Amino acid sequence: MSTSLIYAITGIAIAGLGLFHFLSQRNILRKILAGNFIGTGIFLFLVSSADRQADGPIDPVPHALVLTGIVVAVSATALLLSLLCRYHDETGSLTLDEEDDE
Amino acid sequence: MTQSSILIWPVLLPLIFGTVVFLIRGRSVLLLSLAGAIGTALASFRVSHAVHQSFTLVHEVGGWGAPLGIVLRADGLAAVMLGLSGLVGLVISVYSLTYFKSGSRKQQLFWPIWLLLWGGLNGLFISGDIFNLYVTLELVSLGAIPLIALAGTRDAIKASLRYLLLALLGSMSYLFGVGLLYMRFGVLDLAMLGNAITPDLTAYAAIALMIGGLIIKSALFPMHFWLPPAHSSAPAPVSAALSGLVVTASFYMVARLWFYAFPALDLAKLGQLIGLLGCGAILWGGWQAMRQERLKMLVAYSTVSQIGYLFLVFPLCNTAVEGSGIAWSGSILFAVSHAIAKSGAFLAAGIFINVYGHDRISELRGAGRQLPMVTFAFALAGVNLMGLPPSGGFVGKWMLLKAAFITGQWGYGVVIVCGGLLAFCYIFRVLEQFMTTPDENAPQLKAPVVMTYSVLSLAVVAVSLGFFTPVLLGVLGVDSPVSLVSFAPEALLP
Repeated sequence: MSTSLIYAITGIAIAGLGLFHFLSQRNILRKILAGNFIGTGIFLFLVSSADRQADGPIDPVPHALVLTGIVVAVSATALLLSLLCRYHDETGSLTLDEEDDE
Repeated sequence: MTQSSILIWPVLLPLIFGTVVFLIRGRSVLLLSLAGAIGTALASFRVSHAVHQSFTLVHEVGGWGAPLGIVLRADGLAAVMLGLSGLVGLVISVYSLTYFKSGSRKQQLFWPIWLLLWGGLNGLFISGDIFNLYVTLELVSLGAIPLIALAGTRDAIKASLRYLLLALLGSMSYLFGVGLLYMRFGVLDLAMLGNAITPDLTAYAAIALMIGGLIIKSALFPMHFWLPPAHSSAPAPVSAALSGLVVTASFYMVARLWFYAFPALDLAKLGQLIGLLGCGAILWGGWQAMRQERLKMLVAYSTVSQIGYLFLVFPLCNTAVEGSGIAWSGSILFAVSHAIAKSGAFLAAGIFINVYGHDRISELRGAGRQLPMVTFAFALAGVNLMGLPPSGGFVGKWMLLKAAFITGQWGYGVVIVCGGLLAFCYIFRVLEQFMTTPDENAPQLKAPVVMTYSVLSLAVVAVSLGFFTPVLLGVLGVDSPVSLVSFAPEALLP
């Protein structure tokens, strides 16, 4: 079992845990954290794919992708957190109650 | 400067102007924003025109090619979408000049984010690889959601939170798919991926993840539930941009992947599944639209319904059946006309809210007498949504219908017709209220001039789009993935 395979499997496991949490939690803050877990898992998975040729050089493309992905994830998290603050100020609630779902 | 460098301007101009208007204050914000909007629209039209005149334009930004550099590519499909975003974006910008109170904080915040969103959309349309599609899609979401929250109401904040959480899930799923594809095939470029891809488990898993994520983002039934609250609680120009352009962009991405990156795979079963979801969207969205009490909610559910039509291209356009390419041109035409008509309808609803202070349909009696021009524009947009000739909606629906018959999938034909009937019902429910005589002492109302005429211009374009079908198909035919059948009108006859 190569190192990069361990990383890949770990990445998928982290993303899976995050997804489970994302779907099962009602608290928005926990959902946001779970979303970040999913992201981290996927980034780890992507990084592990840099070792594509067994003896060849490391492929730089996945690293560039992950860097960009991290920037996107940070911006999305910041936006989510500020929206959540505003939502909490307005309603005092930390869950999206479901009464208006159709 | 090579000719292909004109590709950068539809992306760069709104980003530059967006940054500048973010930094300045005062009256010059409006002037600079308008200049940015006009410049962006002109740059988009220029690219569309250049593609129509010659061929696909490819530009390697900064001279760095794939895989590390960013490659912009404008083929026929991208040119059609750029033209669309140029037109709708320009009208939304003109409308917004007077929509927000002059000098208000909302106005100050609207322009930079809107220009950023517009730049993201244009970037999405001309992205040449699956990762840049991800980045631009995120730019679009991160632009769209603050704009919804700009309304400042409790509903808007809640809707934007829910939208962003789901959008996050959708984009993570897409990104995971990108990772799988890169790991297996070592390419990100759309064209190279189209050649390299082979049918195996990794490819199918990646496709499921990517398309699943995009289905959440484009609000295809049953993942539509976040859309109506988000689109209806946003300020009117934002609703127009969301329903007109943002949703279309997610559909565009699915179509781009399906027909350009995955043509080597057998996706017939997945196509049928998406087709079924599309049928569900058409019927459920139409039914819900009929039951809404508020105008903007009605228009938003109409979007849910019309998204369903777009996704019918996947079961109907089967390269094995000769002539089914008509479904491809039909759905793109439908996407264009829906984007124009739906923006028009939302902008018109914004004027009603502006004048009456609410959008309860039952209390808009007599609006036809009090605001004749706006009502006329709304009715024209409605004609397009119902799919009556000569609107683009009619031609698009007709082409989809014909594809359903050519491929022998009659069930889709029935749903297409039923969806039209539902649209007829919900549009006429509104028009009936508008056309009743108002009370004797109802005051004369004045509609805001700039806003009224911008809505009217969109509505007129939407209705007359049917006449421009040959031009649109001419652009779309540049490097089309599907062999488009003859563009002559008689090809449309059964």
